[in-house]
Amino acid sequence: MGEKAVIILHSGDMDKVYSALIIANGALAMGMEASIYFTFWGLMRLKKGELEKGPLSKMNMMGAGRYMVKQRMSKAHVVSLEKLMSDFKELGGKIIACEMTMEIMGISKEEIRTEWVDEWGAVGTYIHEARDANITLFI
Amino acid sequence: MAEMEVDVRGQTCPVPLVECRKAFKRASPGDLVIVKGTHPASKKEIPMACESMGLKVLEIKDKEGGKEWEIKIRR
Repeated sequence: MGEKAVIILHSGDMDKVYSALIIANGALAMGMEASIYFTFWGLMRLKKGELEKGPLSKMNMMGAGRYMVKQRMSKAHVVSLEKLMSDFKELGGKIIACEMTMEIMGISKEEIRTEWVDEWGAVGTYIHEARDANITLFI
Repeated sequence: MAEMEVDVRGQTCPVPLVECRKAFKRASPGDLVIVKGTHPASKKEIPMACESMGLKVLEIKDKEGGKEWEIKIRR
């Protein structure tokens, strides 16, 4: 098996979702395998229509800070999270959704973009993925 | 042997790397992949990605007075 990057995305903040998807796409682009384990607030971003909806992790200021950062990102030609996700899937990236979070938050599979999800799992799935990974991050 | 052009001028991180990877997937061994871009970090990161995937970088050149670059890779 080749080299692998496994990322836990615990945060649902827009800037951190960007970090996770950019790093994961970078790993795929450099010839590694990559998977992202969406849990807790991160899992919310897998809900239909929610990927781009996260607040800014700092200086959100009721959305004003977020708006400013979005403007600057688009000026810098940063692509959307939707595009990063579609590239991630196209390059063979794997998405794992945390089942316990779904239970705690009362989310059903019907609310989730299931076309993105390769596996529904718990901590064992993460450890199984990460034990032979070269890079693992908690975001 | 086919030639493939990847135009990522104006695009920023991580698009140039990602689009290269997509092109390598589409190309057949021996094909020539020509990447045109403006993002400074990608100029050194694309050759790094090629090295880790065992692909040969044939040429890296600056264009438009250093504002653009072009990388030729043998798939």
